[in-house]
Amino acid sequence: MTARLMQGDEACAEGAIAAGCRFFAGYPITPATEIAEVLSRRLPQVGGKFIQMEDELASIAAIIGASVGGAKAMTATSGPGFSLMQENIGYAAMTEVPCVIVDVQRLGPSTGRPTSPSQGDVMQARWGTHGDHPIIALAPSSVRETFDLTVQAFNFAERYRTPVILLMDELVGHMRERMEYPDPSTLDLEKRSDTRVPPEWYKPFENLPEGPNVNVPPLVPFGEGYRYHLTGLHHDERGYPTDRPDEIKPWLERIFRKIERSLSDILLYESEGIENADTLVIAYGGAARASRHAVKESRERGRRVGFLRLKTVWPFAEEVVEHAASRLHNVVVPELNRGQLVLEVERVVGRHKVRRVNRADGEMIRPGEIVAAIEDLERAA
Amino acid sequence: MKQQSESRMHQRYLRHSKKFPNVWCAGCGIGIVLGTIIRAVDDLGLDKNDVAMISGIGCTGRMPVYVDFNTMHTTHGRALAFATGLKLVKPGMKVIVVMGDGDALAIGGNHFIHAARRNIGLAAIVVNNAAYGMTGGQHSPTTPSSVKTATTPYGHIEQQFPIAELAATAGASFVARSTVYHVRELESYVAQAISKEGFALVEAVSYCHTTLGRINRWGTASDMMRHIKAHSVTLTQVEAMSEDEKRGKIVRGIFAERDIPEYTKRYDEIIAMAQQEAA
Repeated sequence: MTARLMQGDEACAEGAIAAGCRFFAGYPITPATEIAEVLSRRLPQVGGKFIQMEDELASIAAIIGASVGGAKAMTATSGPGFSLMQENIGYAAMTEVPCVIVDVQRLGPSTGRPTSPSQGDVMQARWGTHGDHPIIALAPSSVRETFDLTVQAFNFAERYRTPVILLMDELVGHMRERMEYPDPSTLDLEKRSDTRVPPEWYKPFENLPEGPNVNVPPLVPFGEGYRYHLTGLHHDERGYPTDRPDEIKPWLERIFRKIERSLSDILLYESEGIENADTLVIAYGGAARASRHAVKESRERGRRVGFLRLKTVWPFAEEVVEHAASRLHNVVVPELNRGQLVLEVERVVGRHKVRRVNRADGEMIRPGEIVAAIEDLERAA
Repeated sequence: MKQQSESRMHQRYLRHSKKFPNVWCAGCGIGIVLGTIIRAVDDLGLDKNDVAMISGIGCTGRMPVYVDFNTMHTTHGRALAFATGLKLVKPGMKVIVVMGDGDALAIGGNHFIHAARRNIGLAAIVVNNAAYGMTGGQHSPTTPSSVKTATTPYGHIEQQFPIAELAATAGASFVARSTVYHVRELESYVAQAISKEGFALVEAVSYCHTTLGRINRWGTASDMMRHIKAHSVTLTQVEAMSEDEKRGKIVRGIFAERDIPEYTKRYDEIIAMAQQEAA
């Protein structure tokens, strides 16, 4: 097993290669540029293709086109570019084309501070594109986890025929840690599911009543004899535009169902010390690092503090959070923003139980700020 | 005999499962352009499985749904970018990109010049009717000055983008312009564009009688077709004309024909280089 000191951005690129990504299109932007640089060198080595496009609008369009051609495809950007990509994230959701969009979050809004960490795009990842649609977003907290969750992002994209967002942040993207490469043979890689029906029977948006592909009809790549139509318009099971409510509604219900019925597979999280805790800290991504430290420090001071770290940010782990916090009165949610995912936590556990710890000034939350919040809550209780 | 072969062609290339009639207004030129593409594909003897038709948004954007190829109706302006990804992954596929003037030159203008500069093997067909037809006749980047549109009620005060000249300057391998009146010529340009290895652009000059025709009182579709016929000249003819005579003319012909290495072919060299270096 080889190990290297590497950045989160590099680990993302290596994770993509390991996941079978063979197409990347992107546009330079701090702090995500390193992902493109690494892949411009690595992809042709494995027979894949890299292209620097003219902007982020083109980058996401190109990866969707490549995915329709059968390649596992990815783009990587930061806030300003992520904003530009929103329309076509909706197109990928509408046409159910697998793809991975990496957003290495930096401080916004607008140009903000390109090299400062942030978790300001959490709600944008959920609701950035217009219209109702489900989405999967994963947030790694370390370099090695960036590798693992990049692989996972590709697996989810293929398994559920959906765009998946890897919500990194500058902290994790630019941080260097020891990265041990997993043995490639141990990686579980999802292949795009094949159809068994002849071309004349094939329906790319079929609402299957049962079977292995229930809720997720197979997407056959272009050029394999299955000539079908994709459109951003609402469409029937064959992909042709429709304005019939009785065709729109089953489709919309299915694309939500394919995520909602698979939460046990999609919701990734880590928890510790929840059983006998008085206070629960819920965190994700870069802010989870300071949180872990704060939890440890509080415990050393004799406080009973549990920790729930979400790796899957969207869909939100409602039941997990509800279960973990049900008998507790104190929940602390540290985030590198003015309070985004905390809105979901408050919705689930009730506003009065929740203490926010926020920073959106370009600096990291320090463990001491979280420890202080825990102590303050317990004093008040 | 001709009729028979036309109907055979309909059977072969139009989707039976797609409910007709189409979305276009009676008298629209888009159907004529679609006909030239179908006949060109047939003449070239291409396998339908190896042909993709990608479009953006607008009246022309609705073209792919009717034809039995691998088809994709993408977002406004981005057809060339989607097609770029597909072409890189499937270099053997003939990727035809159909766009309107607003789609290709306004919202998609950046992708247009860069696809040409990159010289990636796409056949781009732009149906130029000088307006946004689907939304009701607003001005586009190719609307002539002083024309009235739904958003220039006092007359248009901007200049036109010359689509073919722009593509030629940006580096396309093949560039041609014809009109929906000169169907055989247009068909030949479309066939050459599809056969060309690098980026190829065909501008098909058309009209929108439903919007601009009505707003400017230019008459029926046939009146506008006659106008195109009367005002078009070939590249050779235009050489002998004075600046005054050139004004308002549609210049037809081949504007660029170059043999420059195509992008996906060049990328294969990159792969070979990278693999050799890694080994």
